[in-house]
Amino acid sequence: MRKYLARRALYAAITLFGVSVSVFVILRVLPGDPLVAILGVEGHAQMKSADRVRIMADLGLSDPLPVQYVRWLGDIAAGRLGKSFFRGDTVSEQILHRGPISAEIGVLALIVSWLVGLPVGILSAFKPNSLPDGAARALSVFFIAVPGFWLGMLIVLASLFWFGYKAPILIVHVWEDPWHNLQIVIGPALVLGLAQGAYIARMSRSCLLEVIGEDFVRTARAKGLREGLVVMRHALPNALLPVITISGVLLGFVLGGSVAVEQAFGVPGLGRALVTAVIERDIIVVQNLVLLYAVIFVGVNVLVDLSYAWLDPRIRYG
Amino acid sequence: MKNAVVAELARFARRNTLSALGGLAGVLIVVVAVAAPLLAPRDPLKADFRRMNRPPDSQSLLGTDQVGRDTLSRVIYGARTSLFVAFSAVIMGTTVGSLWGVACGYLRGRFDLVSQRIMEILQAFPDLILAMAISMAIGTGLPAVIFAIAITRIPFGGRVIRSVALSVREMPYVEAGRASGASSLRVMAFHVLPQCVAPYLVLATTHLGVAIVIEAALGFLGVGVPPPTPTWGNMLADSITALVPPWWLAFFPGLAITVTVLAFNLLGDGIRDTLDPRLSPAFLRMMAGGRRA
Repeated sequence: MRKYLARRALYAAITLFGVSVSVFVILRVLPGDPLVAILGVEGHAQMKSADRVRIMADLGLSDPLPVQYVRWLGDIAAGRLGKSFFRGDTVSEQILHRGPISAEIGVLALIVSWLVGLPVGILSAFKPNSLPDGAARALSVFFIAVPGFWLGMLIVLASLFWFGYKAPILIVHVWEDPWHNLQIVIGPALVLGLAQGAYIARMSRSCLLEVIGEDFVRTARAKGLREGLVVMRHALPNALLPVITISGVLLGFVLGGSVAVEQAFGVPGLGRALVTAVIERDIIVVQNLVLLYAVIFVGVNVLVDLSYAWLDPRIRYG
Repeated sequence: MKNAVVAELARFARRNTLSALGGLAGVLIVVVAVAAPLLAPRDPLKADFRRMNRPPDSQSLLGTDQVGRDTLSRVIYGARTSLFVAFSAVIMGTTVGSLWGVACGYLRGRFDLVSQRIMEILQAFPDLILAMAISMAIGTGLPAVIFAIAITRIPFGGRVIRSVALSVREMPYVEAGRASGASSLRVMAFHVLPQCVAPYLVLATTHLGVAIVIEAALGFLGVGVPPPTPTWGNMLADSITALVPPWWLAFFPGLAITVTVLAFNLLGDGIRDTLDPRLSPAFLRMMAGGRRA
């Protein structure tokens, strides 16, 4: 187990290193001159060259690229994530202020997806090709296809008409006013959670059906166990592993999807900050936020792999 | 020959009614996209200030937007952009990924190890965020969006096709090819590649839906194909600029996205079941980018 842990950590470290290099290359090298990226071609042309040089030096953009890269990593290690070019706040402030909202949405979405997806999947697998199974599958096909941000827009529209809903402008943290906070995060969490829940339902159904066909399940039935006990006690634990995996993979949907869904609900989370930064071409902010999202995604998938190895003793990868 | 094709299609439709319907809807949407200039009742870009913000009526069946553009025409033209972006991106990304996957699975060794790390890095980014960052870096516009989405599709092709190639390379006929002195390139092209066509098709169909959603989300966030080009995402973004968005502007473009994605997903499921039934559950896992277990 320890050897496996070490190897998994090493791979994750390599991945993260590669991720940081690609973020740097995508955002610093591809646009050519970063000032052009920030100001646009026209804005850049209107500037005096002395000003250009001064701003580049101010932002630390005139050093050689490897130096910039190493300094960036050093800054991150020291907890200095740089400052927005257009706004007064630093990236760390944005993360500390807006991050909790997005994290809450993500965690709630995860809970919703399991609370909805797993029971539906079990129900489907109990009586395959029955009416409830058909309904559950139709619903999951629908929720996989429908884009979350559109569903979010429709919910906002409907609540505008019927409840006089107003998009939240200020961030209310859960430790300040839990009820108000819940009103902000519940919409995005539901939309994201149902989409994931659809995948989980589908996955748990197919895995359960696969396991139910195996010998040990037949043995359990043959010794006269009730069907419910056979499925819940014998089949389910064996079918859960792939469902846990897919749940980790789906986190990518949640992280990416939440960016659009936050926009649809007007929730001022981290995703909104990223979109604003991308539109304003605020390179420093985009660079750090994209890295943060990737680090979270990689971290969760490492956790999923570890839980996998912990739950299933067969998997230790040598 | 012709009859055989028809018979085969009929059999597919009998066995997978839903996916046949999905396929039919998909073909219809493609036809609408191609024939947009013939089908659209109005110019999608022409503003009409006498008819702004009209709800659906007999003159404009799906209403008009804030500057009086006809929603139906914009949805029809939007199909053009969305499908063009999605098809190009998926074909580019999946093809590059698949060829790469064939090479990884067949050659193995250091090349495979390095390639796998690169794909892991690509998969470490949530799709939408990677697409946003790339399209921001290389500039907005149609080619940038296509390129950005294509990059996010590469690792999926790579992973799935690699595993197919890994198992195919052990088959006796491939060994025979190698033994008779064929070069690696020749064996890959003539012996391994044909086996990868079926999973490639499944992969491409399944990812069409994903690509359409990413394109729409980019448009919705204002970092996709720039306006005034009508795309479904742009239309949704336009609609929420109003204080109280008119429902028809928010509803119809999203409905178009949902129906299109649904159609391609259903078709993909059917193709998967038909071409490779034994792959199904495990395949689903891999398509979602699952870990090797």
